[in-house]
Amino acid sequence: MKVLVAVKRVVDYNVKIRVKADKTGVETANVKMSMNPFDEIAVEEAVRLKEAGTATEVVAVSMGPQQAQETIRTALAMGADRGILVKSDDDLQPLAVAKLFKALVDKESPDLVLMGKQAIDDDSNQTGQMLAGLLGWPQATFLSKVAIGDGSATMTREIDGGLETVEVKMPCVGTVDLRLNTPRYASLPNIMKAKKKPIETLEVGDLGVDVAPRLTTVAVEEPPARQAGVMVPDVATLVDKLRNEAKVI
Amino acid sequence: MAILVIADHDNTAIRQGTLAAMTAAQQIGGDVTVLVAGEGCRAAADDAAKIAGVSKVLCCDSPLYAHHLAEPFAALILTIARDYSHILAPAVTMGKNTLPRVAALLDVAQISDISGVVDADTFVRPIYAGNAMATVKSADAIKVITVRGASFDKAAHGDGSAAVEDLAAAEDPGLSSFVGQELSSSERPELTSARVVVSGGRGMGSAENFHHIETLADQLGAAVGASRAAVDAGYAPNDFQVGQTGKIVAPELYIAVGISGAIQHLAGMKDSKVIVAINKDEEAPIFQVADYGLVADLFEAVPALEAALAS
Ligand SMILES: Cc1cc2nc3c(=O)[nH]c(=O)nc-3n(C[C@H](O)[C@H](O)[C@H](O)COP(=O)(O)OP(=O)(O)OC[C@H]3O[C@@H](n4cnc5c(N)ncnc54)[C@H](O)[C@@H]3O)c2cc1C
Ligand SMILES: Nc1ncnc2c1ncn2[C@@H]1O[C@H](COP(=O)(O)O)[C@@H](O)[C@H]1O
Repeated sequence: MKVLVAVKRVVDYNVKIRVKADKTGVETANVKMSMNPFDEIAVEEAVRLKEAGTATEVVAVSMGPQQAQETIRTALAMGADRGILVKSDDDLQPLAVAKLFKALVDKESPDLVLMGKQAIDDDSNQTGQMLAGLLGWPQATFLSKVAIGDGSATMTREIDGGLETVEVKMPCVGTVDLRLNTPRYASLPNIMKAKKKPIETLEVGDLGVDVAPRLTTVAVEEPPARQAGVMVPDVATLVDKLRNEAKVI
Repeated sequence: MAILVIADHDNTAIRQGTLAAMTAAQQIGGDVTVLVAGEGCRAAADDAAKIAGVSKVLCCDSPLYAHHLAEPFAALILTIARDYSHILAPAVTMGKNTLPRVAALLDVAQISDISGVVDADTFVRPIYAGNAMATVKSADAIKVITVRGASFDKAAHGDGSAAVEDLAAAEDPGLSSFVGQELSSSERPELTSARVVVSGGRGMGSAENFHHIETLADQLGAAVGASRAAVDAGYAPNDFQVGQTGKIVAPELYIAVGISGAIQHLAGMKDSKVIVAINKDEEAPIFQVADYGLVADLFEAVPALEAALAS
């Protein structure tokens, strides 16, 4: 079984982002970039499937600027076998990313595509579902457990009220949630080995996909700031304030 | 403009998120149809007909839609999607799972988790865990949108009397089937629509201690929430998680106990009207958003709070 795993390069989750003064976006120059945390979980799951003998090959795919190659290297150091970079300096929106992935799936014929449930920059939570739709494949989103069977997979999902288990035919698209696994840190020897693993670079044009953005960003602004609050010395004061000042209890 | 709102419901009644999506639909402006699909969902369809401003309810009652599996549900929505300029669903599991599939098959973008409507083509949505607000304009003929429940008032519900029409089921793509579910049952109010939420974090220390949160919540008639760390540690079930990647809440009162206030947690609760934080670390970032901060050991403060509320 071949697994394609999506890895997006995003502003590191620990960075306190700053909105640009001209409101065109968020400052990304000289900001620490990392693999989208959900994608680390997707890579970990793919590598575990390989270690268990279920998967035979894990291909890490990123779409974005040349530097996204570093994100692919991280995936290779975690245990992916090879990488594909689809190079683009343009704003790739989820529908475009899904179409590019579809073109790669047509080329690579994987049995499983694993993605994150959400990219922590655009917070869209769309790409996996879109890809599954375009391929006419089933989708198993927000995964907290993956069990690959013969021709189908039993997938447990985090839903509003708890957990749900579904069975989907293979091939399928899975998007992973936080509690699927804990991603490993790449060891130094594996980081060294990853340097020799192949990364193929494609241009968007090679895949014949129209990636023109459908949404234009009119403005990006700071959210409204909250009024500064007060510190209360004890529980009695807190209860008094909640009853008589805020009147919420 | 013709707008389709996809209802979230439990077959008997519509859920609150549907009312928020309805408000967003009314702000866009147009003729609103609500789709209620499920198994034995006639009561929910009748309930949807009572929402103020709805002109028609489409009811599709079939075992195919019992669990809103994305593949058959998207196929159903696609049988009618092209009759509408806007398709809206609440940003709950159902909407987040199904709508992007619909959008892709219509070859349009989805506008996720909107928190505001500027005009029929332009919407506001949070990005980077709500640390920035993006105003985006869509060039697509059909706008597919999920709506953040905490950001919109609930549409009035009770006086409406829209007609309910049956909608035929679509062909089953036969790609997926439901196996089972484990729901965390609770008598407490639902997290995303509760007036008061009490949340516990890693500071609770254990699943046993987490019961302090539940006791306090019950005294206040509140829902219980949790930080990711508390869920990961097994103190609380996954569906209690509040934050960027959990539930978004905006109650009148949010009480955070033993939660540090990471940006990912703040993303899910910083629009609450009144925020209380109890934490023993005075430097904890949660105090930056708290209206009332109490630096204290929670194992003393929470029982004291319970006693004070009881008196
Ligand atoms: C991709 C991604 C998505 C995420 N999504 C979410 C999300 O949706 N929601 C979310 O919550 N987090 C999320 N996180 C995690 C987030 O970054 C934090 O790790 C998490 O919120 C921390 O939880 P906490 O505040 O309970 O734990 P900690 O940060 O460990 O804080 C515990 C707090 O308890 C206090 N404390 C300890 N003992 C006591 C005591 N006896 N009395 C009083 N106070 C005490 C401590 O002072 C401390 O401030 C996400 C992270 C990533 C990378
Ligand atoms: N440019 C990209 N390159 C690689 N993977 C991506 C890209 N954009 C999105 N993805 C994948 O799609 C998931 C969901 O992203 P989104 O729909 O943007 O929230 C991410 O977690 C990634 O796995």
